[in-house]
Amino acid sequence: MYVYNDFDEAFVRERVSQFRGQVARRIDGSLTEDEFKPFRLMNGLYLQLHAYMLRVAVPYGTLNSAQMTQLAHLADKYDKGYGHFTTRQNIQYNWPELRDVPDMLSDLADVGMHAIQTSGNTIRNVTADHFAGAAKDEIEDPRPVAELLRQWSTDHPEFQGLPRKFKIAVTGCEADRAVIRAHDIGIQVVRNEANEIGYKVIVGGGLGRTPMIGKVLSDFVSKADLLPYCEAIVSVYNLLGRRDNKYKARIKITLHENGIDKIQELVNERFEQIQPLFGGIDQQFLAEIEHSFAPPAFKVKSTDGYDAARLANPAFRSWTDTNLSEHRADGYAIVSISIKQHGATPGDATSAQMRVMADLATKYGHDELRISHEQNVILPHVHKSDLLAIYTALRDVDLATANIGLISDIIACPGMDYCALATARSIPVAKEIATRFDELKLEHEVGPLKIKISGCINACGHHHVGHIGILGLDRAGVENYQITLGGDGTESTTIGTRAGPGFGADEIVPAIERLVLGYLSLRMSKEETFLQAYRRLGEAPFKDILYPEKAAQNAA
Amino acid sequence: MSRAFTPKVITANALLEGDAIWFTEDNTWSRNIAEAELITDEAHGDIRLLEAKADQSIVVGVYLAEAKKTNNGPAPTHFREAFRTRGPSNYSHGKQEA
Repeated sequence: MYVYNDFDEAFVRERVSQFRGQVARRIDGSLTEDEFKPFRLMNGLYLQLHAYMLRVAVPYGTLNSAQMTQLAHLADKYDKGYGHFTTRQNIQYNWPELRDVPDMLSDLADVGMHAIQTSGNTIRNVTADHFAGAAKDEIEDPRPVAELLRQWSTDHPEFQGLPRKFKIAVTGCEADRAVIRAHDIGIQVVRNEANEIGYKVIVGGGLGRTPMIGKVLSDFVSKADLLPYCEAIVSVYNLLGRRDNKYKARIKITLHENGIDKIQELVNERFEQIQPLFGGIDQQFLAEIEHSFAPPAFKVKSTDGYDAARLANPAFRSWTDTNLSEHRADGYAIVSISIKQHGATPGDATSAQMRVMADLATKYGHDELRISHEQNVILPHVHKSDLLAIYTALRDVDLATANIGLISDIIACPGMDYCALATARSIPVAKEIATRFDELKLEHEVGPLKIKISGCINACGHHHVGHIGILGLDRAGVENYQITLGGDGTESTTIGTRAGPGFGADEIVPAIERLVLGYLSLRMSKEETFLQAYRRLGEAPFKDILYPEKAAQNAA
Repeated sequence: MSRAFTPKVITANALLEGDAIWFTEDNTWSRNIAEAELITDEAHGDIRLLEAKADQSIVVGVYLAEAKKTNNGPAPTHFREAFRTRGPSNYSHGKQEA
């Protein structure tokens, strides 16, 4: 894992010290809120409905045990004993007091973390495949490039006042676990015909009020050219992007209005200008960074005990069936720890849970943890002989829910329980759906199904790419929930289609239940997933299930 | 014809805690909406909003919010404002905790 060098350390400390001064001047009245607000946003501090919220960056979702332990410490000392993992692989604290925030940032700096550029019209936290460096299907670990992009984008003088926020995601394989086609820039590690490693670069994807799937700007950018190429893109956007209308300011709109050919031409032109100026310095940095991401020394050991434990313990077997993914090393597995216990808030972990996960990473996981955009925690490198011990320790702190990829593994934004922008709540809907399907004991029967819930049109909950998406709105002063169907956030990214009129707060969970039970009667076999059935049959039968009265009228 | 003015309260967040607060008749900020001044006249509301905004050394984000008269003082009419008087629905944190 990358460890801060002296430059990073000094930069982050200096920023904490500046912010401490800014907070003091705000409190003593020397700064007005209008003057202070840009400073606090630069440091990830929002003001929400009930309190401040500090959004801490977890670059490309990677943490070591000491960092996770420190996140637990922050939760206990400055918050209410928990933190909320987000769809940008970050963690949010919902209850900090203004006076404490400089100390929180200082404590974060102690473990090489910060909250810089987790807000504002800048390049935000670079996200990556949460299985990076561990996935069997990977060409190359995408995190060194993500770290290079982090260093380049942090405090980049040209890009501190972009037309709007700018999000980059990187993945190391064809399978897309980082939703790269819904990012301002999506980067995928690829090989060309000469078997050289390079990058496919996708631009102009995004969710929000105008969801768009990114377009390929280049099929192959060489390793040496990637950073100047990205700089060229952001530079072109910085000049061309609209500043007259916040809702048309993202690069997806710039691309849509100008066309891919023009953007390509401008980017290539800019690239030709700036590429020589890099002079290979970025490649020297990248080489050092790559060194720090060298894979751990995987152990070679028998997995007989694991196989026996699976046979003997059905609950353990069920958890291993659901929560493990294939690892590149023999005898190893990737463990997804579900932060989605039935009836709990998606993505919320208590300090005690964080400490257990940190300890498990120390003992069994080569000191590494990941936060997934699906709001779960990953132990990327676990030998199968250690899985029973891990499962047992997780079970003791309610972290052994066997539901990864199933109906209760729901993405939900904080919604109007916390967020000042929200138009309706998300969390209670997620909790009720999970609880209901747990009662019905149906989720394993239903199989892979992604429900994603946003509490407003900004789509932090990725509802557009949920197999079932739920969007919470305010309809004449009442919470109302719109359903979208057929979305997909993987390499076959699809924006879901709105099913029809919205449902009231007391109707939405029964509507989802109807929809899912209806799918069970429509599918050809147990192997046909919800998304496959939807793609085969189209929206009509699903709409009939959601709106039975309308279906009856049409039939009459 | 302009729409009839509906009753409102002036609200904001406290600078230090970020907690929801309401402006009272005697120009103080209360943590309890029931103690807020219920504004029923548009012109008076404009003046009171200016007065509430005058000193922002302890408050952030002053605005007018819809409210109604009850026997216990002003109460919210919209669910967003109702949540601000209580706290989130997933934990008993915030005002409802006290």
